[in-house]
Amino acid sequence: MAAITAEVIALHQLTPAEYQKIVSILGREPSYTELGVFSVMWSEHCSYKSSRIHLKKLPTTGKYVVQGPGENAGIIDIGGGYVAAFKIESHNHPSYIEPFQGAATGVGGILRDIFTMGARPIAVLDSLRFGKFDDDKTRRILNGVVAGISHYGNCFGVPTVGGECIFEDCYGGNPLVNVFALGVCKKEDVFYAKASGVGNPVIYVGAKTGRDGIHGASMASAEFTEESKQKRPNVQVGDPFLEKLLMEACLEAMQTGAIVGIQDMGAAGLTSSSCEMGSRGGVGIEIDLDLVPQRETGMTAYEMLLSESQERMLLVADKGREEEVYRVFGKWGLDAVAIGVVTDDGLLRVRHKGVVEAEIPNHAIAEQAPRYDRPHSSPYRTAPMKGPDYIAKNPQQALLTLLASPDICSKRPIWEQYDYTVRTNTTAGPGGDAAIVRVKENGNSIAISLDGNGRYCFLSPREGAKLNVAECCRNLSTVGALPVAATNNLNFGNPERPEIMAQLVEAIEGMAEACEFFETPITGGNVSLYNETLGEGIYPTPVIGIVGLMKTSAPVTIDFKEPGREILLLGGFGKTDAIQFGSSQYAKVLVGRLWGLPPALDMDNEKRVHQAIREIHKAGLAESAHDLSDGGLAVTVAECCRSVGALIELESGEPMEHLLFGESPSRILLSTANPAAVTEIAAKLGVECERVGVTMKERLQIQNGSISVIDCELAALQFDLTAIH
Amino acid sequence: MHVGVIVFPGSNCDHDAWYAVNHNLGHKAEFIWHDSTDLGKADAIILPGGFSYGDYMRCGAIARFSPVMGAVREFAAGGGLVLGICNGFQILVESGLLPGALMRNANLHFLCKNVDLITQTVDSPFSAELKRGQVLTLPIAHGEGRYYADERTLDELEAEDRVVFRYKQNPNGSLRDIAGILNVERNVMGMMPHPERACDPLMGSTDGVGVFESLFAAVPV
Repeated sequence: MAAITAEVIALHQLTPAEYQKIVSILGREPSYTELGVFSVMWSEHCSYKSSRIHLKKLPTTGKYVVQGPGENAGIIDIGGGYVAAFKIESHNHPSYIEPFQGAATGVGGILRDIFTMGARPIAVLDSLRFGKFDDDKTRRILNGVVAGISHYGNCFGVPTVGGECIFEDCYGGNPLVNVFALGVCKKEDVFYAKASGVGNPVIYVGAKTGRDGIHGASMASAEFTEESKQKRPNVQVGDPFLEKLLMEACLEAMQTGAIVGIQDMGAAGLTSSSCEMGSRGGVGIEIDLDLVPQRETGMTAYEMLLSESQERMLLVADKGREEEVYRVFGKWGLDAVAIGVVTDDGLLRVRHKGVVEAEIPNHAIAEQAPRYDRPHSSPYRTAPMKGPDYIAKNPQQALLTLLASPDICSKRPIWEQYDYTVRTNTTAGPGGDAAIVRVKENGNSIAISLDGNGRYCFLSPREGAKLNVAECCRNLSTVGALPVAATNNLNFGNPERPEIMAQLVEAIEGMAEACEFFETPITGGNVSLYNETLGEGIYPTPVIGIVGLMKTSAPVTIDFKEPGREILLLGGFGKTDAIQFGSSQYAKVLVGRLWGLPPALDMDNEKRVHQAIREIHKAGLAESAHDLSDGGLAVTVAECCRSVGALIELESGEPMEHLLFGESPSRILLSTANPAAVTEIAAKLGVECERVGVTMKERLQIQNGSISVIDCELAALQFDLTAIH
Repeated sequence: MHVGVIVFPGSNCDHDAWYAVNHNLGHKAEFIWHDSTDLGKADAIILPGGFSYGDYMRCGAIARFSPVMGAVREFAAGGGLVLGICNGFQILVESGLLPGALMRNANLHFLCKNVDLITQTVDSPFSAELKRGQVLTLPIAHGEGRYYADERTLDELEAEDRVVFRYKQNPNGSLRDIAGILNVERNVMGMMPHPERACDPLMGSTDGVGVFESLFAAVPV
């Protein structure tokens, strides 16, 4: 057994003060195994030690919320006796080291979080961010990540229905892979990760334990250095087939009534699942590692406790009913072995070869992790307030360049690799403002959107985070759904740097304010810090996933349907000045710079726009609807032009690039055969609504006054991402 | 009419086929577990899509050895109707119930999209309710859908009118644009596209209905 020296403590990424806290909790020096357990459970990834005091600022309760943060996933009521469990989680660090398996196991991990709660996953979305698009390394990571998601989700049989994919230099050494999953079950079938009933057996199910992924959680809590590539064995290997069997077996076993509590073995594997279940139930758990199914020989207690082998679950069954559980897992050909019991002493006691290797109070490991109020100054920001002098491009050239740019072009080559229709619930798949999956059981549908904007948040973390929430709610409203609850993934750099910590604090506060205002409480999520490579941090990138509810009906999609329809701009033209223009895609793609501030947001107006579009949909008035975001009005119009074009007639003295490409929020473009009725709804709610043109065959034309600024054939407007191959 | 939907470990379109038959088409479907050797009262069998046994080897290569496939072979030999969709097609090919092989898509990627199929023959219990030349828009979702057979087999398939569907625009490199074929006796069909995902107007296409209506019409109840 290795002696515990200052060096060993440092290698476990524990500070001397944290080590002293361990000593005082235990009343003695920890064993090497115990040190390993504390190091993962108190890692940033598992303990949220830098963010927890700020996360408390987020709203977490509301009319629809059944279960807020603290469980494997949040749960909301979706009507008719059914609930939805959903959550987002990051797999940023593993995806950089080994893109395929990193992304694949990211999908696997979040799926387990959902079916652990008793819900069958029915939708996955991904928020992806990579480095500079035109770069070999980016291409390798992008292709690996997409293939990994495709491999895992398709085989498992869950549709990947949407997401986002953004390219920005700052993610080159630190890609972001955030995966969202949602599942559905009956309200009374929800399971919690809570151990109870002294004497009840603790049963291990699923894959055998190997040495893979040891210290994955602590890896995810450190900056990358040149040596990080050597951490490849820390990335786990996923088996979607096994996960599919595990889900079917778990859902079936839950129906027997013999299961008391269940939790997946994710980060920190056996350790976190046992001590968190014990802690939640206020009980102790004693396990014997000799009984754990192993696929390697000679593993130590340390290795087994910290292994992050995938596709494993821990459950507590009713004593005397073990056979019912074994029978179900046997049917699916899976290991199910009692490895311990629930005790009354509140301790996690681990035996191996007759020796007690660890004996730690569950509550102390799970809940008494250090919490830091890390110093925060003003947010790190290198962009100037004032933009460079630039010569505005010809609007048509600018439009085509933007439409072809990696962030804006169609991601079809990515999402065609995902099975997005399996389970026959996807009424609106990838490529729209929000994905929609119907719930066959209750006649309702669930709309989902994931949104982040690192550029906005870099310029102003607080305003950027608010704009994220606003856009996400706008996306849902644009397809006719009422946003009801959210999950967040906070991707930031090193919190030990006060100017980075400030980004985190301000973004959380902005998100809290917006989620409160839009009535979309946060029911869970994930914090990913230390997203830095060789000292280069990412843009502060909070990603929000919001879930909306609607009655099941044929979706209203973004493309114009018929010529001769009026095109209306709900929310009006908005206002973009030269300062705010610096955060736009135009500034990024055509000026090649970032400056100024994100667009100004009037949340009150934004909310009324959402209400207006939902009422317009309820009355069946819109034939198409598309929210304005990246690239502004001109890009949005162009995206609506698939088989039907448009004539847009403007009368404005604004600089043409601000008018066409400014990204002022709170706007939705729709086409209708009944403009009077739409205008009436808008007026009733005090929302601006401008007639901007009419749909027509074959061309997109934009005029300002008598001057033609854009005149294009429809085929010239379609661009697909070309990197995938 | 009772349709038996075979469930292999790793099947993941089993529920979609079951749902389409029961809820969209008004007939009765029941699941049959892979270790069963009894097909019960099934009048027709669907081998659904998915990744049977994980498909870490060639797709369908392990499923062909499962106990239920013995029963399916006997059922087919007795003239019973068997429809293999996607992974089900791959399993039929691996089992030798249909000729040829399904290889990785030409672009080496999984591909999920709607494709147009042209109905080649209505002389089959799976297409009798369609019209020759009728275009069906159905989803595909596969990584290994490139139909391959030697020239002689392809010629035979064509000469014997056993190609049921061809792709209008070949998405995966299938030889002679083949999307679905029959066995010699015309009671077993395999196809890569998913008719069961196109039986509900909410899914954007109901073009899959004709395949099932043909199947139902062919079985005397």
